[in-house]
Amino acid sequence: MSNGRFGIHGGQYIPETLMNAVLELEQAYNKYKNDPEFLAELDDLMKNYVGRPSLLYYAEKMTNDLGGCKIYLKREDLNHTGSHKINNALGQCLLAKKMGKTRVIAETGAGQHGVATATAAALLGLECEVYMGRLDCERQALNVYRMKLLGTKVHPVDTGTKTLKDAVSETFREWVSRIEDTHYVLGSVMGPHPFPTIVRDFQAVISKEIKEQMLEREGRLPDAVLACVGGGSNAIGAFYNFIDEPSVKLIGCEAAGRGIDTFETAATLSTGRLGIFHGMKSYFCQDEYGQIAPVYSISAGLDYPGIGPEHAMLFDSGRAEYVAITDDEAVDAFEYLSRTEGIIPAIESAHAVAHAIKLAPTMNKDQIMVINISGRGDKDVAAMARYRGEDIHE
Amino acid sequence: MSNIAIADAFANGKAFIPFITCGDPDLETTAKLIPAMAEAGADLIEIGIPFSDPTAEGPVIQDGNLRALSAGCTTDKVFELVREVRKTVTIPLVFMTYANVVYSYGAERFLKTAAEAGIQGLILPDVPYEEKAEFDPLCKQYGIDLISMIAPTSHERIRMIASEASGFVYCVSSLGVTGVRSEITTDIGAMVELVKQSCDIPCAVGFGISTPEQAESMSRVSDGAIVGSAIVKIIAEYSRDCIPPVCDYVRSMKDGCRRADS
Repeated sequence: MSNGRFGIHGGQYIPETLMNAVLELEQAYNKYKNDPEFLAELDDLMKNYVGRPSLLYYAEKMTNDLGGCKIYLKREDLNHTGSHKINNALGQCLLAKKMGKTRVIAETGAGQHGVATATAAALLGLECEVYMGRLDCERQALNVYRMKLLGTKVHPVDTGTKTLKDAVSETFREWVSRIEDTHYVLGSVMGPHPFPTIVRDFQAVISKEIKEQMLEREGRLPDAVLACVGGGSNAIGAFYNFIDEPSVKLIGCEAAGRGIDTFETAATLSTGRLGIFHGMKSYFCQDEYGQIAPVYSISAGLDYPGIGPEHAMLFDSGRAEYVAITDDEAVDAFEYLSRTEGIIPAIESAHAVAHAIKLAPTMNKDQIMVINISGRGDKDVAAMARYRGEDIHE
Repeated sequence: MSNIAIADAFANGKAFIPFITCGDPDLETTAKLIPAMAEAGADLIEIGIPFSDPTAEGPVIQDGNLRALSAGCTTDKVFELVREVRKTVTIPLVFMTYANVVYSYGAERFLKTAAEAGIQGLILPDVPYEEKAEFDPLCKQYGIDLISMIAPTSHERIRMIASEASGFVYCVSSLGVTGVRSEITTDIGAMVELVKQSCDIPCAVGFGISTPEQAESMSRVSDGAIVGSAIVKIIAEYSRDCIPPVCDYVRSMKDGCRRADS
């Protein structure tokens, strides 16, 4: 089996033109991942620029309201730029700079990874261009303008479904056209090796902190960790340091869109099957001939027809459980967390909150659950208003 | 009537290799186009099985893929069409598609059916050397050549790739995706030279070629020219009436290749 496998998943299914680029990236990553100077630099940025460690907040009102287990929120929404995406974007941009690259490109769905990459590029003095589906540019207009403010050029993508999948394809097409000075800052734990590993390592700080903070606060590990899953970067970040702790249940929450029994869904593990796409073997939503399905979710960040290969492996082994959350449930949870705790989560993260609302009452009072709040919801406010039939002229 | 082997497609001077997306604009047109192009001088034809997300293609072939899928083309219908055209066409026919189309059909079932239909080679642009073990043993079992690609960025990888290549080597002329280019700046001669040092196998150049002059100059440093986007553009323009203009184009391109023989 080739490099970068997670069970049978992963690999490097990319054009020959890109092979030396990913090999060079792997070499550079192996060199810098244990380099004390690189790590010190990244650590300093995480502490003094991103604001890490992010809070582990005890959601007492939510806990009491749901009447089950104790609920903690991992506040990745409090990071600079408003989501977990900055952990990976800064890591990769710093790596790109060490590799002598002067330009970075990235795909984005909700715009959070685009904003994070644009931010890291501005800080580190890299040229930056972001590819974003035309439909997502419309539903996440705020983030498009944030990227422009940060000095990034945003390319609306008009191919296919005009969403995240097409943005990824278009960014690969751009990378294949200009490799020498350009690094592709892939935003999730997907794509060809070594991206799923690199992104996971940069996001693993989430579970490392949860573990430390939980031991300090409660003197024990949590019983369950919940996170939303599109490609799966915040989820793998929240799961990673618990994979070898069998007492900790790991639950990924996929976007069911209008329901897994409809065609308007993005719940890969509920509706997809094995395939090869975007550089990796994993599960994909597809038809009987392997044509990739036009998926749908209210959440632009989860609106992707595949899932990262490490999640596919955790699904196969049963180590992690994956559930599907509909648009309606996510919007209810978005409003619930806002009202109950005064925290407006990203609509992506609201998928994890929605499952917590179902799960918490079934757990005991002496049990503990952690929900990863992967991002903040400011970007979604206008869309949520529209969902409730209110036009607020953003 | 027995089919010409891939190697023999290059025996008759420099080869001209047109690409079309099967089912674009519809299957009936493709079924007429393949024999007509063979008649007009094509030495080998690449038949694209459409894929929803062809990440190695530029806008022209992306649109061709979409037209074919919208018109109802499926892998099974492509097989049916190949069986039909094989009644008259003897030049080598190879499939060009993406890994998921083959994988999803079941690689063995796909290759068995393809071989029975008369397909002789398979090009998968998203399957590099490192991943070919997924498909290559099955290709060999069913007598189909898995065509290796080399790119301007391949450098030291060329020897490794060439040493295990079969059928012909597809030399990607330029960085980027498929599409017409006014100029090809890569030193194709040097790439071909490296291939020939490790393996006596025909090398055809593709990506960016659209004029008879380019076909000639690329053929001078290799064994032939592959053209996709320029043909798909004609098909997009003329739709069901594309056969005469495509054949005129194929004749002019084959003439360009022939000039490189002299």
